[in-house]
Amino acid sequence: MQKKAKMEQGQKSVRDLKIGEHGIICCLQDPEMGLKLLEMGCLPGTHVKMNSRAPLGDPITIIVNDYTLSLRLDEAETILLK
Amino acid sequence: MTVITQPEMVQAEKPAILKSVAKIALIGNPNSGKTSLFNQLTGLNQKVGNFPGVTVDKKTGYSQLTPTLKAQIIDLPGTYSLYPKSLDERVIIDLLYDPQSKHYPDLVIVTADASNLKRNLLLYTQLADLQIPVVLALNMVDLAESEGVKIDVPALHRALGVPIIPMNARKGVGMAALKIVASQQPEISTVPFFDIPEELQPALQSIKQRFDLATDYLALQYAHQYRSLKFLSEADVQWLDKLLTENNFHSNTLQGKETIARYVRINELLLDVVRVEKVQKDEKFSNRLDQILTHKIFGYLIFFAILFMVFQAVFAWASYPMDLIDLGITNLNGLIQDNFSGPLINLLTEGIIAGLGGVLIFVPQIAVLFAFIAILEETGYMARVTFMMDRIMRKFGLNGKSVVPLISGVACAVPAIMSARTIENWKDRMITIFVTPLMSCSARIPVYTVLIALVVPETYYFGFLNLQGIVLMGLYLVGFLAAIFSALLLKVLLKARERSYFIMEFPTYKMPRWKNVGLTIFEKSKTFVLEAGKVIVAVSIILWVLASYGPGNAFEEAEQLALTEAKVENLDEVQTENRIASHQLESSYAGIIGRSIEPAIKPLGYDWKIGIALLTSFAAREVFVGTISTIYSIGEEENVSTLKNKLLSEKDDNGEPFFNLARSFSLMIFYLFAMQCISTLAIVRRETKSWTWPLAQLVYMSGLAYVMAFITYQVLK
Repeated sequence: MQKKAKMEQGQKSVRDLKIGEHGIICCLQDPEMGLKLLEMGCLPGTHVKMNSRAPLGDPITIIVNDYTLSLRLDEAETILLK
Repeated sequence: MTVITQPEMVQAEKPAILKSVAKIALIGNPNSGKTSLFNQLTGLNQKVGNFPGVTVDKKTGYSQLTPTLKAQIIDLPGTYSLYPKSLDERVIIDLLYDPQSKHYPDLVIVTADASNLKRNLLLYTQLADLQIPVVLALNMVDLAESEGVKIDVPALHRALGVPIIPMNARKGVGMAALKIVASQQPEISTVPFFDIPEELQPALQSIKQRFDLATDYLALQYAHQYRSLKFLSEADVQWLDKLLTENNFHSNTLQGKETIARYVRINELLLDVVRVEKVQKDEKFSNRLDQILTHKIFGYLIFFAILFMVFQAVFAWASYPMDLIDLGITNLNGLIQDNFSGPLINLLTEGIIAGLGGVLIFVPQIAVLFAFIAILEETGYMARVTFMMDRIMRKFGLNGKSVVPLISGVACAVPAIMSARTIENWKDRMITIFVTPLMSCSARIPVYTVLIALVVPETYYFGFLNLQGIVLMGLYLVGFLAAIFSALLLKVLLKARERSYFIMEFPTYKMPRWKNVGLTIFEKSKTFVLEAGKVIVAVSIILWVLASYGPGNAFEEAEQLALTEAKVENLDEVQTENRIASHQLESSYAGIIGRSIEPAIKPLGYDWKIGIALLTSFAAREVFVGTISTIYSIGEEENVSTLKNKLLSEKDDNGEPFFNLARSFSLMIFYLFAMQCISTLAIVRRETKSWTWPLAQLVYMSGLAYVMAFITYQVLK
């Protein structure tokens, strides 16, 4: 599947996006959480945009498939970008 | 084939099914308008129960589909797929995968948010593959169009092969068509959306055979979820376990592949159906609003301002209806006592009616609080609150979603603990349930206000800051701090069973649907009256019996003693009566119990009368004020003197006012911490399905109460 056995060093994840910055999902790193993210529409190849950060920097909201999804930074970290 | 939007057209098409009551299940993504649709279909004709064996709200209601056909509607929890991620969602598979269940639906109505059709259709395709009769309620079509999302409904209908009703559930648009279609012979989609991998077939066929299942996809679902299906026997589970291990069935991987395959299919299908006109140059309105409402500084300022307004409303606005209820109960009792007499009348007035009054008086506060919470949830603001608070709450072992139970706990822990159900994570949810009763609920207000009125002067600072109000706020703050630090303690002590997620859809801002708000208020108030009410009324009756009877001829002896004293001290008639009542209460069962615990509570500054009140409030705190007034007024001819005056005239052994600063604060602190609410314990037991949690809560909170009250009294003495 799209999951990588090992995280490639330095690969960019949704966590690293700046507000307003876009990216394309490459793969989901965490098998269990990945299922949830897949169902929510975070499929490999999907466009994501960093939308906002909570006042304390975590959680964040991203825009995926034209809707807003909120998630924590350590969750965003598992969504790797191309 | 055309899409059915005109009810008249449908009626002619097919004969109605000949079943008296059809069972219809509502299913859909969170925020897809499912609740609105349910409310539209059933109106006030709904009831909230529990799914068997789990603590998930089961909302059912009846809807008159046609003049001759009635349907039972079941509202299922919101979900994104048939692979449940939370406790709530699990009831869906229990219902849909057991065709033998008496709740098994004849028809499923899937609600889908038109502006987010792709994600909403995932669930639909799964249901369609189960070959359950489905109607698709395409909700918020008008809203989607205004956002530039145009859906070709006839094309969608051709692609899916099931009836599609474009609607706006909030406004009730499309309801008539939906009802008509739902009353027809249900159509079953024959279009498979997911091709089950060939290599799984041998295992699936044996599952299909053993459980006599209708579709391969249902067999696949059994293979994925047999451990969660409550209706399977131990032997079935073991059989499946063996079969699947032999066949190398990797549930996680397969689920991921299935979801991706489904999305690929949905994307193909929607190519010709959905046309998005990218007209939005500027950000969506919701996102712009978020820049202010979740701003680093303004976000919190606005939240605290709203919170302040909510509390203001709960305490100020609700006081008018509360006074009315109080007055009504007093007048009713007066009326009865003027016209009738006897022990049964006393039981009725001082026991039952007073107890009922003690329950009803909280209804306005609970109603006002849940009106605000419902509005905040409806508008989508609550999601922003959980978003802003998650980071902080997580530090204390809680979750952004713990904010709602904690705030609700200010009104009543019973509905608050039930609202913790939205927290998916077991550990987060347990901690939230455990600490919520530490938030000062409205039942503590009477205790606080009576005692504050006694010892805190009504001084104003800067013309508007009332010292009494500041002290009251301080008590709430102490309760909140106690809650979050207890949570921190539990965070260290408890082991996590599963990971905590915060992956959730951020709903767009919407106007509240007042019907939903109204229903929430009604539902929460009802829960409170039924759950807390029965306990409080029962305790009021027991208390009355304990205070009105004593062992043997203790009451006659007490009267004799009082009469002798009265003669010596030359008391007038009223004073004599009071003396008799006081001595009789001392020798009543309640008095005996109160005296026996006096040594234990003496270090806190309390005497046996307070001992009685503490005992009776172990069932429900608000009984304190009732007990105190009963204890000081029982047998009195005149009931007019207010509680405050009664308490102020009470003297201790040294002739000093009994309710001094140290005693009053010690009592307030005790009530702040103590777990004195059998209704809450019962709810915690129901929600956690174990006695461990309510017992731990009882021991922890009562222990904390004793220690803190002891410190308070010794320091202030």
